[in-house]
Amino acid sequence: MIEWIISILLLIGGGFVLVGSIGLVKMPDFFMRLHGPTKATTLGMASLLTAAIIFFSTTQAGVSMKEVLISLFLLLTAPISGYMMIKSAIHHKIESIERTTGKDNIEEDV
Amino acid sequence: MRLEAKFAWLPTPFLSLLLFSVWLLLNNSVSAGHIILATVLAIAIPLITSPFRTKQPLVMKPGLAFRHLMLVLYDIITANVQVAILILGPTKKLTPGFVKVPLDITRSMPITILASTVSLTPGTVSAEVYPWSESLKEDEEPEERFLLIHVLNLEDEQALIKTIKDRYEAPLKEIFQC
Repeated sequence: MIEWIISILLLIGGGFVLVGSIGLVKMPDFFMRLHGPTKATTLGMASLLTAAIIFFSTTQAGVSMKEVLISLFLLLTAPISGYMMIKSAIHHKIESIERTTGKDNIEEDV
Repeated sequence: MRLEAKFAWLPTPFLSLLLFSVWLLLNNSVSAGHIILATVLAIAIPLITSPFRTKQPLVMKPGLAFRHLMLVLYDIITANVQVAILILGPTKKLTPGFVKVPLDITRSMPITILASTVSLTPGTVSAEVYPWSESLKEDEEPEERFLLIHVLNLEDEQALIKTIKDRYEAPLKEIFQC
């Protein structure tokens, strides 16, 4: 039974991480590419880590909760690295695709 | 908004709590020795580092903060599914856009939390906080702040701004009382 739960969690996790990577390849411009990795991977990693918690808690003595820390750090770092990348992309004036609306909301550099 | 904690020996209660639990999680144990060590570290580290940290508003409503955290976690799950559908669907139909959201909160800590929540929730990534901090003089407070976000599939700009303000900014404002 536990093996089933772990396998399903691993599949869900792997699926979401895969979708995030597909988004990275498929999207037409840099700004849209960022959406996949910042979001689709957080849930994927969360499922993988939940599977790890269940696996190590059942096969080894005691409860293993270290994985909670990994997901905490992921939640802290994913938005910040995304922010830094999009900020530098704006500074470098990387072109977004033509149908992007609200481009004039971007202010000029000082 | 309050910057000073109730007790001088506990300048940042939330940071202490975080240090305490991170220490226990790192060691993967709740034995008496580790609890004592974690308590000592959780009190000593904030005290030693407080002189070189900028004072940030304290969490005034822990209950509301916990409820907001749960709401954000729920939104992260729905965001993942929504973005997965958008990514797998036809790319040509997506209408990306930049949106400027006016901010009511002024301190850097709540703005950071808001920007991170926006990045983790449906179809939006925060890109920039205006005005540039470089263009301001020291100690100068800008009249209005904006958060520039990039939206993967922009449908209704006003509705999106309203959602972000009501769903994510209003609770933060109440939690930090600023």
